[in-house]
Amino acid sequence: MYHVKVYITYKPSILDPQGEAVKTALHRLDYQNVETVTVGKYFEIDIKDDGRSIEDEVEKMCDELLANVNMETYRYEIESVTQTAED
Amino acid sequence: MKYAIIRFPGSNCDWDLFYVLRDVLKVTPEFIDYREQQLPADTGAVLVPGGFSYGDYLRSGAIARFSPIMEDVKHFADTGKPVIGICNGFQVLTEAGLLPGALRHNMSLDFICKPQPLSVVNNQTLFTDQFEKDQTVMFPIAHGEGNYYCDDETLTELKQNNQIVFIYQDNPNGSTADIAGIVNKQGNVLGMMPHPERASESILGGADGKLLFESLVASVEMAVG
Repeated sequence: MYHVKVYITYKPSILDPQGEAVKTALHRLDYQNVETVTVGKYFEIDIKDDGRSIEDEVEKMCDELLANVNMETYRYEIESVTQTAED
Repeated sequence: MKYAIIRFPGSNCDWDLFYVLRDVLKVTPEFIDYREQQLPADTGAVLVPGGFSYGDYLRSGAIARFSPIMEDVKHFADTGKPVIGICNGFQVLTEAGLLPGALRHNMSLDFICKPQPLSVVNNQTLFTDQFEKDQTVMFPIAHGEGNYYCDDETLTELKQNNQIVFIYQDNPNGSTADIAGIVNKQGNVLGMMPHPERASESILGGADGKLLFESLVASVEMAVG
């Protein structure tokens, strides 16, 4: 079993208006040292190991659905979880 | 011929389209549930209405493309027959890969709802041939995610193939190249954020949108012969 964390954000070339709005709000709270804020999406996915390459599977999931690769980019972390006897 | 209006959970401009087609254009619209597998055999055009399909979960339009009916909508588009997506319908068609690019949050993050002047930059499509070239039209916009984006390569292609149909005169949302509506390369799939169906009777403040439906209906009737 794998525990996968996927992070999706706008491509760097695309303005992230939510990030800009949150940055302005943090400045209003007097966190003047905040330089940049990026707002994105976060997914946690548990995937059974069926012998296929987990990296390939996750990348396909991101390309096909989780991210809109026209405007978004993604990164992920894969954690191997010890399987129980039932698995 | 029938004008198939696809209804997803969360569609909310379906009746506006139905009313315009039935009462203003005097043609035969039919609601098609998203769970259907096939469009009626005598479908002349497919219309994907505005709204918030699947609650805009993940991204607007991202989940609707998996609805059973969408397979046949793609097939219908592949045969060169007219498909139009308005507002959320435009978002659905980009997510489904029937149109290039994507719709981002408006630059201001505001939901913008107001009449918007547009220019008809391409009046050589089956959706716009009743307009004058560069005619100014006033269609309402009502969206939070209408900020059209495509990369430079796609934009060059859109320009080369004359795929940009409507542009904003006063860009309200940050769209790339002021784009308000585009067609696919073949010219039979149109996506646009503004609402022509809300501007098809003078009692509603303007009837510019009627020309779009008149163009479409004329094309569908001609195809039937």
